[in-house]
Amino acid sequence: MSLTDRVLGDRQRLAYIASQAADARLNVELETEGMTLNIGPQHPATHGTLRIIARLDGEQVVWAEPSCGYMHRGYEKLAEVRTYPQVTTLVNRIDWLGSFANEVPFILAAEKLMEVEAPPRAQHIRTILFELSRIANVSLFLGDLGVQMGAITPVFFAFRDREYVLNLIEGATGGRFHPNFDRIGGLKDDLPKGWIAETKAVMKKLRTFCDQIEDLLFGNEIFQSRTRGIGVIPKDIALQFGLSGANLRASGVDWDLRRDHPLPMAWNKADWKVWTHPDGDSFARCWVRLQETREATKIVDQLLDTIPSGPIMAKVPKIIKVPEGEAWVSTENPLGEMGYYVVSRGELGPFRVKIRSASFNNISVAPWALRGVYVPDIITILASLYFILGDIDR
Amino acid sequence: MNTTSSTQPRVASVEEVKAALGDRLVDSFQKDDLWLRVRTDAWKSSMRTLRDTLGFHYFCFLSAIDWMPSPYGRGEDDPTEPAPERDATIRQGYAGGETRMQVFVRVTNPVTHVSVIVKSDVPDDSLTIESIHDVYAGANWHERETHEMFGIAFDGHPDLRNMYLPLDFEGFPLRKDFPLLARMVKPWPGIVDVEPLPGGDDDEGGDEQ
Repeated sequence: MSLTDRVLGDRQRLAYIASQAADARLNVELETEGMTLNIGPQHPATHGTLRIIARLDGEQVVWAEPSCGYMHRGYEKLAEVRTYPQVTTLVNRIDWLGSFANEVPFILAAEKLMEVEAPPRAQHIRTILFELSRIANVSLFLGDLGVQMGAITPVFFAFRDREYVLNLIEGATGGRFHPNFDRIGGLKDDLPKGWIAETKAVMKKLRTFCDQIEDLLFGNEIFQSRTRGIGVIPKDIALQFGLSGANLRASGVDWDLRRDHPLPMAWNKADWKVWTHPDGDSFARCWVRLQETREATKIVDQLLDTIPSGPIMAKVPKIIKVPEGEAWVSTENPLGEMGYYVVSRGELGPFRVKIRSASFNNISVAPWALRGVYVPDIITILASLYFILGDIDR
Repeated sequence: MNTTSSTQPRVASVEEVKAALGDRLVDSFQKDDLWLRVRTDAWKSSMRTLRDTLGFHYFCFLSAIDWMPSPYGRGEDDPTEPAPERDATIRQGYAGGETRMQVFVRVTNPVTHVSVIVKSDVPDDSLTIESIHDVYAGANWHERETHEMFGIAFDGHPDLRNMYLPLDFEGFPLRKDFPLLARMVKPWPGIVDVEPLPGGDDDEGGDEQ
């Protein structure tokens, strides 16, 4: 070792000791250099490819910004060159865990412009399939929630029980993930034989699943300490960011489009409850979703008993031309308010379709909600906001 | 039962809005929704009035419409033929308008569940309109999206970075004069390249499916 090295080494060590002593004496915090943490685009805690860039000061987030666009497919542009029946194939792939629910508002918007209404039987079956896709979607959320916090067991329960629901959707529509079953004026097909009894049995299993998840997860001390009081989004912030669905109801806003907006669907023929939570934290958002899954099984059960007889298709022309006009229809999808603003020029395809997807608004609150939180909480807050990548980027 | 509120009207009354907005309101249209058009220079102040006076606190979405009919139609032209003549007159939709581009926003009153769609013209020469991100914080991302897709600038927006497209992307994809490249490369429905069935008629083999 040369002389200079030794001197430099000593000098550095001395400087370090001196700074430590100074800090200890003055009781000042160590000045840490800021650091940029890049989460994703590939990360086990994201469904798909959301990338989060977080600027950290020690363990705390100074600012964080989700970076979208890894899955942008340009459906608004593609819809302009498709015919109306072809658009459902596209919108199926927006929120891929609850595909059927994506088709419904678009079809309703087209029906609104055409002044066609689906027959009662079709409305009923639509509502049942809509709620089944909600159960399939949210049950995965409930299982996945555990994984984000290091609990592996719930996800196995979720995948097992979601499979029952997917089998039902497949049995009725032919597609597990992308049913493409909704038609302008009704549905493609009637329900298969024996489907109703099967569905009732599955709904019973799903209610047991909800109880198990509540026992396994929501009563768990670690889960509670990781989510209670974390990521609080107050009511006014939630409203002006346009949060919807369970995220909005967890902030204490009693608003559910299924109940509060009249649509030609069958939700008002069942007895169910809209759950809200006053806290607005991560726990509240998860809890509201759990209750909604329970309510959805109840809705399905009641509607199965009261399916009216009759046709499943209204009289619509073979080649569908939608009259000129503008229409907006939104429904309460598993992720929140999903709506389509359809501008028609009386042609075979839409002139412009604006797709308002729930996750885009839900995740736009993330820069606000993540400011000042600790690094492990980034994951729980994002998990509780619940987004699907295809639903952000469209 | 949850049927209590489903019979109430869901549309804001025009008189109420007129009284609140005064001469800032240019035009309105009522069907099963209420469409309003406000003056471009009063875009932000009208939105603030709607929020504070009439209680439209919930921000649903913001986007734009390009009213020019696409010169490419629906991308089904035969590339070997000369391009067909198309009607290129710009016709605006509900609540009228004077410009090619319009921004529109939907806001809701979370207590009464009444909603309104507000449109505003975007001047053709400057393509600029005020940002409303400080009225509705959620408009921030929507304006970024609209900026990159339509090329409309939002005055006072803190950060109009691209959300989806690469930073060096040229053009504005949702404008009607931006061609859908997939359709340019291979015209719809395209010649589907399917092998003829064994033993099938060779003449009809590779045609349509």
